[in-house]
Amino acid sequence: MKLITAVVKPHRLDEIKEALQAFGVHGLTVTEASGYGRQRGHTEVYRGAEYTVDLVPKIRIEVLVEDGDAEQLIEVVVKAARTGKIGDGKVWSVPVDTAVRVRTGERGPDAL
Amino acid sequence: MNGADTAFVLISAALVMLMTPGLAFFYGGMVRVKSALNMLIMSFISLGIVSLLWVLYGYSLAFGDDIGGGLLGNFDHIGLKGINAETLTGGNEGIPVYAFALFQLMFAVLTPALMSGALADRVKFTAWALFIALWVTVVYFPVAHWVWQADGWLFKLEVIDFAGGTAVHINAGIGALAAVLVVGKRIGFKKDPMRPHSLPLVVLGAALLWFGWFGFNAGSALAANGTAAMMAFNTQIATGAAMLGWLIYERIRHGAFTTLGAASGAVAGLVAITPSGAHVNPFGALLIGVVAGAACSWAVSLKYKLGYDDSLDVVGVHLVGGVIGTLLVGVLAIDGVGGASQLGKQAIGAFSVMGYSFVASWILAKIVDVTIGFRASEDDETSGVDMAFHAESAYDFSAVGGSPSGRSSAAGTDKDLGAAARNKKVDV
Repeated sequence: MKLITAVVKPHRLDEIKEALQAFGVHGLTVTEASGYGRQRGHTEVYRGAEYTVDLVPKIRIEVLVEDGDAEQLIEVVVKAARTGKIGDGKVWSVPVDTAVRVRTGERGPDAL
Repeated sequence: MNGADTAFVLISAALVMLMTPGLAFFYGGMVRVKSALNMLIMSFISLGIVSLLWVLYGYSLAFGDDIGGGLLGNFDHIGLKGINAETLTGGNEGIPVYAFALFQLMFAVLTPALMSGALADRVKFTAWALFIALWVTVVYFPVAHWVWQADGWLFKLEVIDFAGGTAVHINAGIGALAAVLVVGKRIGFKKDPMRPHSLPLVVLGAALLWFGWFGFNAGSALAANGTAAMMAFNTQIATGAAMLGWLIYERIRHGAFTTLGAASGAVAGLVAITPSGAHVNPFGALLIGVVAGAACSWAVSLKYKLGYDDSLDVVGVHLVGGVIGTLLVGVLAIDGVGGASQLGKQAIGAFSVMGYSFVASWILAKIVDVTIGFRASEDDETSGVDMAFHAESAYDFSAVGGSPSGRSSAAGTDKDLGAAARNKKVDV
């Protein structure tokens, strides 16, 4: 199994969710996150005082998939998340040893 | 008794009362999350403290018969002694003293609350409460007497201060500066980002202030008449103009029309029209508004250059706006009053209040500081004065962390309940 993690622009969430559903993903976890990449942050002005805000709001989407689906699923997420502008985010995958469905105790790919 | 005037003044008093919570929201939205409640209550507590003092001796000191020299009222009306429902004040058949005293009380409540913005995030709550009590006693009650009591020395000098440019705004603005110089800067001033945590709250506060200010300004006519109507009209014009003035300056200087700028500009306009609105025509009001908006927008940057941490710009908005309104009315006053001699009188009014208030406020802040300590500990300031002084936080960001059961067991109660039972209670 693989854990696919995507840290992307918040407003792309709906597109990504729909694309994942179309692909056949049954569950995912979404967290509000903040961070920056090459685009760095932005500047805000309050009564003339300028603040550089390094951390930009992002969402972090996590999906567990079977090994065979991982590459294809990454492509799906990347396509749905892309706006072509700086700050689109990152997607990565890591191997996962095991997964358990809490209710039934099923393990491995059966738990997905 | 004039029924229409009485009704108008009573309603105006209620409008002015709403300005203090409005101010609390205006300031509260501008601070960081960790001190939002403290900022709210620093204003709100004034409704308690000053109401009490007003009955005890405040009304008497401000509006009692003059003790001589136009400096202070006597103690004849302590506890509102000698005043009953039939006692009247003012011309045109008069209004009950109770209505007048209530209306004036709301001004006394608002004025010290205005200063709280300068001291955001970093003072002990007890110290602030003591400072308010001392400040209204030594500074506000006498200055209100100078400006509005018929024997007050600035009143007799014919200084125009219709609704409180000197007694309220210059007074609070310079008092705030003095207190800031005693208390010092916030930890991280000019270094850490100190962004407003809720601009919607700021706009809500500005809207409540704007609404209440019709009572503050028009109500100061103390009669439902043409002066009140003109004042209300000019209040609207100057406030709108000041909002635009601030935004235009800001757009040119900093590149954006900000929400905070719109709210701040409106307040700057309200401040500047306060002393002047009953004595200028609508074009005068327009001019006063634009000038105040743009000038205050510039003035709020002074604290960074000069290095005093007037956190929410009480000096930049209330002192500067108050001075602009107080001086400009000397020039723009209609009915043949405006001119060099009136301008001179206005300057005497503005600078005498500034001088007295600065010195007295500095001494009072120093007294508070050396006796009980004005400033919160570094630890409390860094972790947030809301938790330190009020044992509350403004927003519950997460149901996971601070469970009620955890709190109560930390406080030493509920010891007989097992942890499991407590958790169960929480889950319901």
